[in-house]
Amino acid sequence: MSTVLSARAWETVWTYRATFVQGLLNTLETAGIALVIALIIGFTLGLFSTSGHKALKAVARVYVEFFQNTPLILQVCFLYYVLAYSGMGLPVIVVGFISLGLYHGAYISEVVRSGIEAVPAGQFDAAHSQGFEYFGMMRYIILPQTVRIILPPMGNQVVSLIKNTSCLYIVGGADLIASTYNFVTGDNTAGAYGPAYLVSGLIFFVICYPLSMLAVRWEARLKKRTAARPATQTTGEEATRDE
Amino acid sequence: MSDLKGSLMIISNGDVLSYLAKGLMYTVLISLVAILLSLVFGAILALARNYCNRGPKRILGVLSAVYIEVFRNTPLMLWMFICFLFCPAPVFSKKLAVAIGLTSTVDVKMLFKAMVALTLFTSSVMAEIIRGGLNSVAHGQFEASQSQGFSAFFMMRKIILPQAFHNIVPTLLSQMITTIKDSSYMASLATIELMARVKLIISKANKYNGTWLGPMNRGTIHVSDVFVLFGLAFLTYFIINFSLSLVVRRLKKKRKPA
Repeated sequence: MSTVLSARAWETVWTYRATFVQGLLNTLETAGIALVIALIIGFTLGLFSTSGHKALKAVARVYVEFFQNTPLILQVCFLYYVLAYSGMGLPVIVVGFISLGLYHGAYISEVVRSGIEAVPAGQFDAAHSQGFEYFGMMRYIILPQTVRIILPPMGNQVVSLIKNTSCLYIVGGADLIASTYNFVTGDNTAGAYGPAYLVSGLIFFVICYPLSMLAVRWEARLKKRTAARPATQTTGEEATRDE
Repeated sequence: MSDLKGSLMIISNGDVLSYLAKGLMYTVLISLVAILLSLVFGAILALARNYCNRGPKRILGVLSAVYIEVFRNTPLMLWMFICFLFCPAPVFSKKLAVAIGLTSTVDVKMLFKAMVALTLFTSSVMAEIIRGGLNSVAHGQFEASQSQGFSAFFMMRKIILPQAFHNIVPTLLSQMITTIKDSSYMASLATIELMARVKLIISKANKYNGTWLGPMNRGTIHVSDVFVLFGLAFLTYFIINFSLSLVVRRLKKKRKPA
């Protein structure tokens, strides 16, 4: 811990600041692309599980249960080794896009599902009676109403997605956590543990805390609004927890 | 298909299986200890953040809020690294190591540090869950117990906390799932729990899949080895966590007001 107070350790961190910046950029890139994949999977499966179609519902259910009940690290390692031993080596960062995208897709699909289920049944009936087809109804009537409900849990998902990029360390990633670890064990930089971990933690906090607060505020606003209205709705709260 | 046959040899090897089973035992051990400790620590944090908001006690409220937010907004992996480096650990005796099936006292130390990291991290999540439970207890309950002249401690201990905990049982069980999954983070630092052991076995799968002919022909690791071995690991985690999630779902259904 004493290295936190060592001026030389801080100097080392400052000299090698590019390491941390690059790590941060890799983390953000991974999180960004994974989020796009997760949103596509999440909305598709969310629509599947509210479609009322038995087979589609089963597909969504199996997917969600598999990805939510097994560790992300195991999924990351699995993908990495399968690619490595079948001779299709992909860069670790691509393994990150895919595995984080698949994992968070499961969580986002639950968020989307609970958002759609929170829309009052009358809205579906009304849309049908106006002659809307399924996709038109979802696009113009239902999904716009779910946005308010799913925003808070979505914010939490983005926070966990950013934190979960740290899993890539186990397969030799170049995310912020892996960069920090390589820094504190590197030949020229070894020993600057205290400052390096502090800086790395601080970077995560500075990015994640505002997002978390935003999610809290959105949720408070949503609660106020739903409380003002007759209690026919449930919020999408249930799917919010968990990493 | 001879590759697959070799792969199946890996998971029918008694040594491999007992090695993995032991890993599972440590996974469960770490998770249970972390859950139980963080339940206590989380409850303290939640009470402080919720009710220490006036007078000199305010500092406690602020401190626990800072703790919760710091841990919730930084990755568990970082805390694992920090604990493995900085967390002081008692000197464990060789006897204890042998008693819990570990070969060296260093491994016990690692296990201890991983438990500390997981507990510190999970406590912040637990605190927010318990706070949710506290906030769900009706205001009248506080007023009623105060009007009966109960002390603050007695009120919390006997009236409020039991109701709060009752309300969050399903969420606590889901947190159990998350913690079992999170225990796999330890795999990046030590080879003790299930995930790390799977990783170790796959890295020397050529010794178990029948392709090893001697030091001159060390055999190969096939992709089917990855599928079979990881398949077993997926199945193990899945069975435990899915059973828990079924319980969660049943509890939620039962509690939903008709």
